[in-house]
Amino acid sequence: MAERKIEWTRKHLLGLRELSREEIELILDTANSFAEVNKRSIKKTPVLRGKVVVNMFFEDSTRTRNSFTLASRRLGADVIEFTKKSSALSKGETLLDTARNLEAMGVDLVVIRHNAGGTPKLLSRSINACVVNAGDGFHEHPTQALLDVYTIREKFGSLDGLKIGIVGDIANSRVARSNVYAMTKLGAEVTLIGPPTLMPPVGDLPVKVSNNFDDVIESLDVVNMLRVQFERLSSNPFPSKREYTRLFGLTEQRMKRAKDNIAVIHPGPMNRGMEIESSVADGANSLILRQVTNGIAVRMAVLFLVSRAPE
Amino acid sequence: MGNKINTNELLIKNGRVIDPLNNIDSVCDVLIEEGRICYVGKVQKQMPEDKVIEASGKIVCPGFIDMHVHFREPGDEEEETIRSGSHAAVAGGYTSVVCMPNTDPTIQDETSIEFVHRMGRQTRKTHVYAMGALTKDRKGVELSEMGLMAGAGAAGFTDDGTGVQDASVMRKALKYASMFGLVVSQHCQDSSLSGNGVINAGFNSMLLGLPGMSPLAEELMLWRDIQLNKSIRAKYHAQHISTKGSVDIIRKAKQEGIPVTCEVTPHHLLLNEQTVAEYDTNYKMNPPLRTDEDNAALKEAVKDGIIDALITDHAPHLQSEKELEFLYAPFGIIGLESALPLFGKALIEDGIIDWPELVAMLTCKPAEILGIDETKGSFTKGKWGDITIFDPEEKWQIDVNKFFSKARNCPFHGWDVKGKVCYTIVGGEVRYSSERD
Repeated sequence: MAERKIEWTRKHLLGLRELSREEIELILDTANSFAEVNKRSIKKTPVLRGKVVVNMFFEDSTRTRNSFTLASRRLGADVIEFTKKSSALSKGETLLDTARNLEAMGVDLVVIRHNAGGTPKLLSRSINACVVNAGDGFHEHPTQALLDVYTIREKFGSLDGLKIGIVGDIANSRVARSNVYAMTKLGAEVTLIGPPTLMPPVGDLPVKVSNNFDDVIESLDVVNMLRVQFERLSSNPFPSKREYTRLFGLTEQRMKRAKDNIAVIHPGPMNRGMEIESSVADGANSLILRQVTNGIAVRMAVLFLVSRAPE
Repeated sequence: MGNKINTNELLIKNGRVIDPLNNIDSVCDVLIEEGRICYVGKVQKQMPEDKVIEASGKIVCPGFIDMHVHFREPGDEEEETIRSGSHAAVAGGYTSVVCMPNTDPTIQDETSIEFVHRMGRQTRKTHVYAMGALTKDRKGVELSEMGLMAGAGAAGFTDDGTGVQDASVMRKALKYASMFGLVVSQHCQDSSLSGNGVINAGFNSMLLGLPGMSPLAEELMLWRDIQLNKSIRAKYHAQHISTKGSVDIIRKAKQEGIPVTCEVTPHHLLLNEQTVAEYDTNYKMNPPLRTDEDNAALKEAVKDGIIDALITDHAPHLQSEKELEFLYAPFGIIGLESALPLFGKALIEDGIIDWPELVAMLTCKPAEILGIDETKGSFTKGKWGDITIFDPEEKWQIDVNKFFSKARNCPFHGWDVKGKVCYTIVGGEVRYSSERD
């Protein structure tokens, strides 16, 4: 394990906005050592043995949920899988009542995915267990951003000075928000790219904004494509998928203008053929599956660190 | 309150008597006989001890009128009842309140107006009025039976909680309502722009990942209504305005002589969108908390007389509902029992206005908008003896656990404030005394 510059003190991981560069680096360094565990034939370490993790997923998820489940199990924890459909919530119980009940069963860590921004924070105020945000509304998705920067760091050694474009539905993307915090804190220059109808006010965030992908792509070291979240759009913010792809899709043609070693990342699931062409998603520059692999080590690191935080 | 024979006699001595309508601001006495204001000045009359209130160091003014409260009855009595709400009202110095019609069932016929009035009378605390819905089921499509409700004593009409979206329906509503001389009160919000927003739209909503409500949603409807009312000239009232843009629109309309009045809450003067950072649903309200700039513009508007009335928008909710995720928790906070010191903090302590001006916005101005100025809102001889006595200097801490309201959804819990209601007198009868609370 790399030499630690600081001690981890947070009992919850609610977002990356409040984290310092050192804290983010500590997570990434910790993830490095867990990545080693994942290469062994017996991929287990007993650091969370005897602990109970509950996965509370109120939104559909395959990748993140399975990643957290595997991460918890590889750390030796017992895992409870909880879904809204199979819970008392479908009988009208409130989220907090459910959480208090789970806590009464001795849960130590709660991993929560919810469609309402701020819900992990609400939970962290109300129960004693550690809370890890697995995506809340369009607020933050910290572990996704951590695995993104981990993957970028793996390729480039450091994010310092890298030019990164985040492309697409920024307004509705929790991944974009968390990535802006993580990438800029680690020294990257971030440009948000998309139509004005999908661009939130960026205030004093240290980012650039562009509505023209072609103007920017040549300068990028990393392009972070986002999924257009049709389920969150109440009315069409662009005229057609065809036009969107032409203006903001990562097509093979557009890739010809990019640097040879540009890294392509995407949090998934992808709308293939729309925001990203299949040949690019599966191409030589794509780190998309590498992200998935790294996700487990990063989540192991997060679960490990928060569970060790002083009370 | 009816014309019952009333032998209520009361002498309030040595207070600083403020009666803005009659330009009175002096230390003197107020005499009430048979429940009505009899004399303001130096009173020599000998009275039994239990009929005299010594008020030196205190402000004695007409009873406060809140033209915008929610008592949740009928339908949601677990949140608040007319009884519990009335207790909260007198504890806050209010001798008259106007209930909004967004109950379940909606207050939209003679019977429901009469029901609210009757429950208010039975509680024997504050006067309780009701506004009726402006359109049937508050859907903004068909006009409600305004004439029948006016006959039953409705205080005005509103689809409160939601603005009338269709401009032609609103025009009809203004025209029709003008025949009764009652106020049409609008929650200005264009739903196509406010969407599913839960806080003010902007950088802050972006950071918090919560859907925002654009200030323009409020301003567009307000501007539209004022244009509609230009020729109709009904009594049009904009509820709880919250943005600088709204202030500008109303200022201009008033300069042009278009009839419009408006109101503001203490929370829109004192709190801004930054307070939502912790996702505490006690800060979730509609209209949402805006920016520092909006707070300042609203205070300036109070100073300039653009704001006519101060209201609480008292909106009780169950704790279990407010414990929900921010996106799903209901809008609204309670306010009756903390209003006076909060208005004091926002407007007096900063030197925006003085006590007579503040008292006017709590008394004669809402009385005039509601058309109850014949009986309420001043110390003119013969009016009902509705009086609030408060100590402007008394310091205390807001504690929701001591509230008479059934609800606890108040973001001001724990605030150190100044200014406390000592007595609330309705029809010459002491209905609240801080000594007994």
